[in-house]
Amino acid sequence: MCVRQCAFEGHSYDPENDEVNSKEEVCVGCHRCVTLCPTNALTVRQNPLDFRAHGNWTGWAIRNIFKQAETGGVLLTGMGNDRTYPIYWDHLLLNASQVTNPSIDPLREPMELRTYLGRKPDKLDVQYNGKNFQLKEPLPRQLKLETPVVFSAMSYGAISYNTCESLARAAHALGTYYNTGEGGLHSNLYKYGKNTIVQVASGRFGVHKEYLDTAAAIEIKIGQGAKPGIGGHLPGEKVVEDISKTRMIPKGTDALSPAPQHDIYSIEDLRMLIYALKEATRYTKPISVKIAAVHNAAAIASGMVRAGADIVALDGFRGGTGAAPTVIRDNVGIPIEFALAAVDQRLRDEGIRHQASILVAGGFRNSADIFKAIALGADAVYIGTAALIAMGCHVCQKCYTGKCNWGIATQDPYLEKRLNPDIATERLINLIHAWSHEIKEMLGGMGINAIESLRGNRLALRGIGLTDTELDILGVLPAGR
Amino acid sequence: MDRKRTWFEKDISGCSLTGFINENGERVSGEAIIQSIALMNERSNGLGGGFAAYGIYPEMKDLYALHLMYDDLQAKEETERILNELLFVELKEEIPTRKTQGIHRPPLLWRYFVKVDENRLFEPGVSEEDYIVEIVMKINTSSKGAFVFSSGKNMGAFKAVGFPDDVGRFYRLEEYQGYTWIAHGRFPTNTPGWWGGAHPFTLLDFAVVHNGEISSYGINKRYLEMFGYQCTLMTDTEVMAYLFDLLLRKHRLPIEIACMALAAPTWQEIDHYDGKMELAKALRIVYGSALVNGPFAILLGHKRGLIGFNDRIKLRPLVAARKDHTLYIASEEAGIREICPSPEKVWSPKAGEPITGWLKEEQQREFESSRIRISDRERSEQVYSVPSVC
Amino acid sequence: MKRIFVKEEVCIGCRLCEIHCLVEHSKSKNIFKAFKEENPRALSRIHVEEKGTLSFSLQCRHCEEPHCLEACMSGALYRDEKTGAILHNKEQCVGCWMCLMVCPYGTIQRDLNGKKVASKCDLCMGRETPVCVMKCPNEALEYREI
Repeated sequence: MCVRQCAFEGHSYDPENDEVNSKEEVCVGCHRCVTLCPTNALTVRQNPLDFRAHGNWTGWAIRNIFKQAETGGVLLTGMGNDRTYPIYWDHLLLNASQVTNPSIDPLREPMELRTYLGRKPDKLDVQYNGKNFQLKEPLPRQLKLETPVVFSAMSYGAISYNTCESLARAAHALGTYYNTGEGGLHSNLYKYGKNTIVQVASGRFGVHKEYLDTAAAIEIKIGQGAKPGIGGHLPGEKVVEDISKTRMIPKGTDALSPAPQHDIYSIEDLRMLIYALKEATRYTKPISVKIAAVHNAAAIASGMVRAGADIVALDGFRGGTGAAPTVIRDNVGIPIEFALAAVDQRLRDEGIRHQASILVAGGFRNSADIFKAIALGADAVYIGTAALIAMGCHVCQKCYTGKCNWGIATQDPYLEKRLNPDIATERLINLIHAWSHEIKEMLGGMGINAIESLRGNRLALRGIGLTDTELDILGVLPAGR
Repeated sequence: MDRKRTWFEKDISGCSLTGFINENGERVSGEAIIQSIALMNERSNGLGGGFAAYGIYPEMKDLYALHLMYDDLQAKEETERILNELLFVELKEEIPTRKTQGIHRPPLLWRYFVKVDENRLFEPGVSEEDYIVEIVMKINTSSKGAFVFSSGKNMGAFKAVGFPDDVGRFYRLEEYQGYTWIAHGRFPTNTPGWWGGAHPFTLLDFAVVHNGEISSYGINKRYLEMFGYQCTLMTDTEVMAYLFDLLLRKHRLPIEIACMALAAPTWQEIDHYDGKMELAKALRIVYGSALVNGPFAILLGHKRGLIGFNDRIKLRPLVAARKDHTLYIASEEAGIREICPSPEKVWSPKAGEPITGWLKEEQQREFESSRIRISDRERSEQVYSVPSVC
Repeated sequence: MKRIFVKEEVCIGCRLCEIHCLVEHSKSKNIFKAFKEENPRALSRIHVEEKGTLSFSLQCRHCEEPHCLEACMSGALYRDEKTGAILHNKEQCVGCWMCLMVCPYGTIQRDLNGKKVASKCDLCMGRETPVCVMKCPNEALEYREI
């Protein structure tokens, strides 16, 4: 069975000797064979071929040069940055209420996670109609989330149809949203339109009238955390019939999105596109603009908000991808913690924070990361890799080969079947329920019963093991103060 | 007076409050309020007490009465220079005090009755009140050793470190006559010493006393900073005063609506409201960062009335009573009965719903103007939209 | 009456159903002993059919009108009253293999050692859910009322 399950042909059966042999060098560490083996006979370890210990010339660095010398090509990889840069979430600590303020028990009292994303007015005009107070003007359209977690942009093509369906169904059940990524929207999934955020990316794949009309919100993708500054890449092997139809491109061709959007060369061009989309959808849908977290993210975000964006989406350097050049993924972009703190503070300094909601993405691993992000100022959090892991991904980083043994990052019909949407949907729902409950527990521990009181409340955090500059950028006090 | 900490360390607001308003506008001396708060001394620890009174400067009622405290003469000189430059100072004098046991090393306490020169308001859209607010914020953030603790017309706040009844005697409050009085006794958990940290917190003619802890302080503060308010007093109560100023004066929301924004009902309740669901939902969406979380009981005094209200799940006590034309609100019924032994009606307000007392002549005007019909509104844009407390 | 149904769109052809069926019907019910020590090795009652990327597992359908039961000349095949399943009595079987010939689905297999019919799905009598349904890693098998 392990023989048949491994798309990388790591195991083979030798009928002569009646035994199974393994080709260790092709193993990618996806654990498919390990998980399905009925006798638990298999396990995976790091390749024992060690180079001599060297602080600079590690085995990884040496092997990369071998590969490039042999092929002359750009090294490709999948998923998010795996280098050991510091993770700032692990340097932030949370508060709890004692004595002076009672903590609140989420099992017995209402604990509210509901979040609305979109542009908010400076103030409300209220008038009296003889019986009741009422609003003078309705609010601009908002996205309603029952929990501050949204499924991140993953394109149909990078991931399989079954995966897309699972995300759509889970978003619908949970009262949140999922993002189509730049792959367009498959016609079968239009029925989940009310829970869909569609993306308009540089390749404009799959962008047509029904696509925009079906969605709950539209996201203009300027960049993504895994590969800031360059466009998306879907290898030709993955462009099969359905993909071709959905993306509106010929079968078998590489789908290379251009690096910039060729009609957005400056901030005023962005404003033009935002308003074009707003006009096209008669101002009924919030428009989001997604950028990668880069050095001057704060200034860009401020420009975006003034250009009309209702939601600012920031993708940190840990963000995942189906395919990206390794050197870009590992070296370009900054941690989302800093980008978020800087953008939130900058928008507040300019008095425009309420004009757009902030959505952050990039390697969120658990509910504590999400909680800290909200405390730093995010309205909600996009999860990508975590959602895939919930569905079976083991982060082997070989998505770009199209040979995902778990049926997630593949278009091969034989492999695709391995992702059962019924099971995957339930697992996603379980994950988000579990995290929502944990967030409620943490809120209650702080004596807060509504997420609005956590959002942007930097006093809920303390830093540990951070330099003064880092504390200053994050806007938090050190533990002990 | 001692403001040695340069980083913020949140001060937890305890623990006793009381107030009353004579709705006929009849003024009474501060004796009553001192007795009421003194009864509740068990709730404080002697590290802070304060009062606010309305109607106390009738001869100067059109001038802003700025109360300032100074560490030393140098601070006083520098600040007076600023005041003279930016405002007309009609009268300045020391605030009368008496030496009282229990009040140690008071700072210099002065009051200034000032007027704003129309020509100084250089931008259209900036009102006289905005101008005063700006000056107060400026002095509190940048002047060394100087501090404005009251800035309204025909009202004043009086606060110090000490038990509240000692504070009342120190300021000779029995010599003042006011129609609204509020008082507070503090049980701080930080090191004592700073007079500015006592309640009430004021801005223009809003004065707030608070029992509880604002756990949403971090975000309330950042929200207010977007609108130009600076939180300098290192006590969470400060944000309440500024939030009321923002919602009531600047955004002109009616009282009930402002209170609904600050102590918002749950989404579950909102989803089931008839008639006012859209408004309640919009309020929470727009004013989410103004939602005040954590236990609190607040008394807000303003020139036309008095408001008492609790957090959305009522975690601090607040009791109200009425007798004749006076509305009483306090942390304990005993505090009320001390000065009003047989009230006609005594009750506890519900979580998130304000108790309001209004000056009689204001009552009718408030009722009418806050309920202007739509047709009137459309006809005359000159008329206030929905006037609030100012 | 409950029967086993297969969802071919999620059957991945891993054949774990075959393995677990074999173990369940072995002497030791232990996967290691069943495969390595028992001789003759037990037979799986379930068989995975494959063509290209389509695959699904097939077992006795426990038909309403069972051809095998009619063809059986020794009366070894009988219908269980409670579940309506078609069961096989090994003692009575004479190994004529007529059942095998008439089964339209080909789900009966020969036991070449004992020269008798050996394997036919018995819905794992004695268990609440058949083992193949429980152990399918992709929930491709369902045990439900028809």
